[in-house]
Amino acid sequence: MSEIDEALRNELQRQGVWVTSMQELYNWGRKNSIWPLQFGLACCAIEMIATAASRYDIARFGGEVFRPSPRQADLMIVAGTVTKKMAPQIVRLYNQMPDPKYVISMGACAISGGPFKQGYNVLKGIDRYIPVDVYIPGCPPRPEALLHAFMELQRKIDSQKLTGASRAEHLDPAEPSEFPVPSFGEHDLEPPANRDVFHPAKIERQS
Amino acid sequence: MESLDEIKARIEDAVPGAKIDIVPNPGPANQPSLLIDNEHAPAIAQFLRDDPALRFDFCSNVTGVDWLDRTVKKTVKVKKLIDGEEKEVTETTEEHFPGYLEAVYHLYSMTHKQGPVIIRMRTADRVAGARLPSLTSIWRSAELQEREIFDLYGIRFEGHPDLRRILMWDEFVDHPMRKDYREPDDYEYEPTPHDDVLEKAKQHYAPRPQLDGAEQITAKL
Repeated sequence: MSEIDEALRNELQRQGVWVTSMQELYNWGRKNSIWPLQFGLACCAIEMIATAASRYDIARFGGEVFRPSPRQADLMIVAGTVTKKMAPQIVRLYNQMPDPKYVISMGACAISGGPFKQGYNVLKGIDRYIPVDVYIPGCPPRPEALLHAFMELQRKIDSQKLTGASRAEHLDPAEPSEFPVPSFGEHDLEPPANRDVFHPAKIERQS
Repeated sequence: MESLDEIKARIEDAVPGAKIDIVPNPGPANQPSLLIDNEHAPAIAQFLRDDPALRFDFCSNVTGVDWLDRTVKKTVKVKKLIDGEEKEVTETTEEHFPGYLEAVYHLYSMTHKQGPVIIRMRTADRVAGARLPSLTSIWRSAELQEREIFDLYGIRFEGHPDLRRILMWDEFVDHPMRKDYREPDDYEYEPTPHDDVLEKAKQHYAPRPQLDGAEQITAKL
């Protein structure tokens, strides 16, 4: 699929000829109908609800159809504190979503455990088990921040390739779309993190 | 409301053989509590709930406390005869108190608008199967909170209708609110550690790359 020259396309548009590509059309449709999975975990969910309500109105971006079933959802908004008891269920819901699927990690807790990071019962970030596309800091993030994350995700979807070596993950059969569900261990979740997914930055410091 | 001493005396009249101590609280709250013996605890609780003058019909809070083993050192100056001469010698004595677990109940009366009266029960030791009688049959509101104490402190409440873990999963074996609980080591990524977390995060630090002298050349430029 050859890309059309930007200047040529603008010139054609000026003359009343609208040219597009299959990839552009496909991504345009996808990015404007992201259906989130309807579930919330803590106070971030209240902000997510506010984002869906009329004042902030996520429908402006095509994301208003919150689906109560993972089978119909494109986007998982992990809104709130993920306890270790809840983590296996979240991974299971993620596995049940059909490809292509995306994850927004909303708020400090979903990113790292937040204020409960050193607690015995809170998972230190959902990115230990599933891949996350957009992180939103905040405690809780305002609806504008969630809309910003939503627009970032739209930008990501828009830039995804359909063919070639750098094509989107869901079109690559080698990329996994399901991840192992952690089990309840005697002291912690087993395993404590999925090493294929979780790659924390190495911090170089004098020990 | 009657004073705690009066309540104690009336319980001892009503429940023969009951051993009750008043645990003082020297803090600003100044809320002393009744330490009741485990054997007569259900009878004492029944009395506190049903006595017409007390009627503590509302158990608002049940919680646990973990008291570790402790050793108290005392230094006493003693006069002793050494070589026929009287000298002042300091003697150090160590007293060992074994640890125990405690369940604390806060009681109010809806009928008489009075309270709180705090009662405590202590286990004999700190082992995982430490036992106390359940007071769920007296105050239904204690059911979930006794389960929580069982989960987090490991006290087994005898006579509890449904003693299972409530916050942690069933396969979990530790009791996280115990003072000697050690959490799993998942401190591999701590961008801004300090205090205790810093010490734990240091175990995961990558060693600094070997310096080859090139950085000094850059510094001179």
